[in-house]
Amino acid sequence: MIELICPAGNFPALKEAVNNGADAVYIGFKDDTNARHFAGLNFNEKNLPKAIDYAHQRGTKVFVAINTYPQPEGWSRWQKAVDMAADLGADALIMADIGILDYAMNKHPQISRHLSVQGSATSYESLRYYQQNFGIKRAVLPRVLSVSQVAHLATQSPVELEVFGFGSLCIMAEGRCHLSSYVTGESPNTCGACSPAKSVRWEKTSNGLESRLNNVLIDRYDDNENAGYPTLCKGRFSVGKNTFHVLEEPTSLNTIAILPELDKIGIKAIKIEGRQRSPAYTQQVTHVWRQALDTYYKDPEHYMPQGQWMNALNKVSEGSQTTLGAYSRPWQ
Amino acid sequence: MKLSLGPLLYFWSFDEIKQFYQSMTEAPVDIIYLGETVCSKRRSLNFEQWLSLAHEIKDSAPDKEIVLSTLSLIEAESELKTLRRYCDNGDFLVEANDMAAVQLLSTHSIPFTIGPTINTYNAQALAIMQKQGLQRWTMPVELSKQTLSGILADLNRLGIKDNIETEIFSYGHMPLALSARCFTARAHNLPKDQCDLKCLDYPDGLQVKSQEDESLFTLNGIQTLSGLRYDLYNELAQMQAIGVDIIRLSPRSKNMLDIIHAYRQKLDQPIEQQANNTYTIEDNCNGYWYGEPGMIQTNSATHTA
Repeated sequence: MIELICPAGNFPALKEAVNNGADAVYIGFKDDTNARHFAGLNFNEKNLPKAIDYAHQRGTKVFVAINTYPQPEGWSRWQKAVDMAADLGADALIMADIGILDYAMNKHPQISRHLSVQGSATSYESLRYYQQNFGIKRAVLPRVLSVSQVAHLATQSPVELEVFGFGSLCIMAEGRCHLSSYVTGESPNTCGACSPAKSVRWEKTSNGLESRLNNVLIDRYDDNENAGYPTLCKGRFSVGKNTFHVLEEPTSLNTIAILPELDKIGIKAIKIEGRQRSPAYTQQVTHVWRQALDTYYKDPEHYMPQGQWMNALNKVSEGSQTTLGAYSRPWQ
Repeated sequence: MKLSLGPLLYFWSFDEIKQFYQSMTEAPVDIIYLGETVCSKRRSLNFEQWLSLAHEIKDSAPDKEIVLSTLSLIEAESELKTLRRYCDNGDFLVEANDMAAVQLLSTHSIPFTIGPTINTYNAQALAIMQKQGLQRWTMPVELSKQTLSGILADLNRLGIKDNIETEIFSYGHMPLALSARCFTARAHNLPKDQCDLKCLDYPDGLQVKSQEDESLFTLNGIQTLSGLRYDLYNELAQMQAIGVDIIRLSPRSKNMLDIIHAYRQKLDQPIEQQANNTYTIEDNCNGYWYGEPGMIQTNSATHTA
């Protein structure tokens, strides 16, 4: 059975995930040791024990993401994060940096190690490296592979595979994108932040509503357009005389339609993106995905995604539209 | 410090590539990286042709070190197949640009070097790979002088600083991101599978500007490069002082020899003279080196401490 892995940016979201049927929740600490280092988000040593208790009492696992890349001055903070998660009883650590994977393996060998999507393993040879050297049990695949590529990978993979099922869509290979630090000085790898909120500025001008990131114009909206968060890869820029979404239009990933394929391939877990989103988001998405999985396993041959699920998911999607992303590759 | 010519990041024709490297045979660079690192559909030269080019350069310039650079984003079985041939070439050192290459090289006990798209942000990571055969690393472009100093100090503490050479991407459009999608094809409203090899039309990539005409990025197929050229010409003395071994210059279609000569000339000067030998090119940037946004240009004089 495919496990459902849901995001929790705070205690209320964690409760929603647990109560709506997540098999595991994933969380991070309140610092740059994880890839959702946003103000007001995440857990500390005070509330994490309560959160873990709450989940464990209800049979839900807790995974802790320590999935950014420590630089020399931060090394001891990352070590401490690993120790804290281990001491408090996390069920798995999600990591990317090989130094930290090595530390966790030697210091806390009993705790499962998952390779984060930030580790950017896109082939079975790469997965073998992490398995053979750091004994990873599972890897989260970057959102760049097609379904047939994932299927091929799964036949050769030495570890369990977890894929993203729903949420905001990274179009770059995760862990290998410096667009954000090029413009703002902070990136997912270094600071756990992409297009950080403190660099964002909104301004109503005679040209329309403008969004800026560290002063760089990311997009300009007419009155009748929906404005989106100014993530760099989703901006409207110019190439030659054309102004368009040069890298990607704001959409969300939704793989609920290909659930049977993912199961047949042998995918072990589906991850829902969005630790930065509200408890209501976690509630809604967990609820729908639980229903979808249960419906599928009850009668796999006749599984059909239901209209009400799609409506509910579209309501909480970025850009209010969803795609299969790289899994189906309409741009291929 | 040595001077290296990084792998060609753009897509050029067979003749353009041959001509370019012919002129590089005489150029005052110590190391030349050869091979396709961006897109497996770029086949102006196939693996055998890159290998024979490597031998040709080595034959006419025996003092130069030739390294074979490998693909940065591995998705398909066919790409793994080519990667294995690079790794098993038997004659030249290999630059791994994806962990799949690190796996192939380390399990076969073949010495290797890693390019800037391998995530090495601390000395502990380098120490692990050093045991597996790592001889040299090129720092990820987004890291600063301060981080580099810390990593080198840690390597020293671990007793392996002298076993690993440090290379810094110092000149050219910086590789910032990789994707499954092709942005050059997208800009032409073409699907990736029928891209018409549009990258051939842009020997230095395709410029992306903001709606206010500010240079942002450079599209290079599935790779996104910086809009401005990184240029650490004014920082060479700093790099020498903290123990950098190799300065990497990234190929461009025009005036590459001029760039190489400028860097070489400066490196050949006594270090006290180097500090006074500076230039400012408006469209270049150096922010990452100073721990700032990469696209910023900072006056090195304000950072001499």
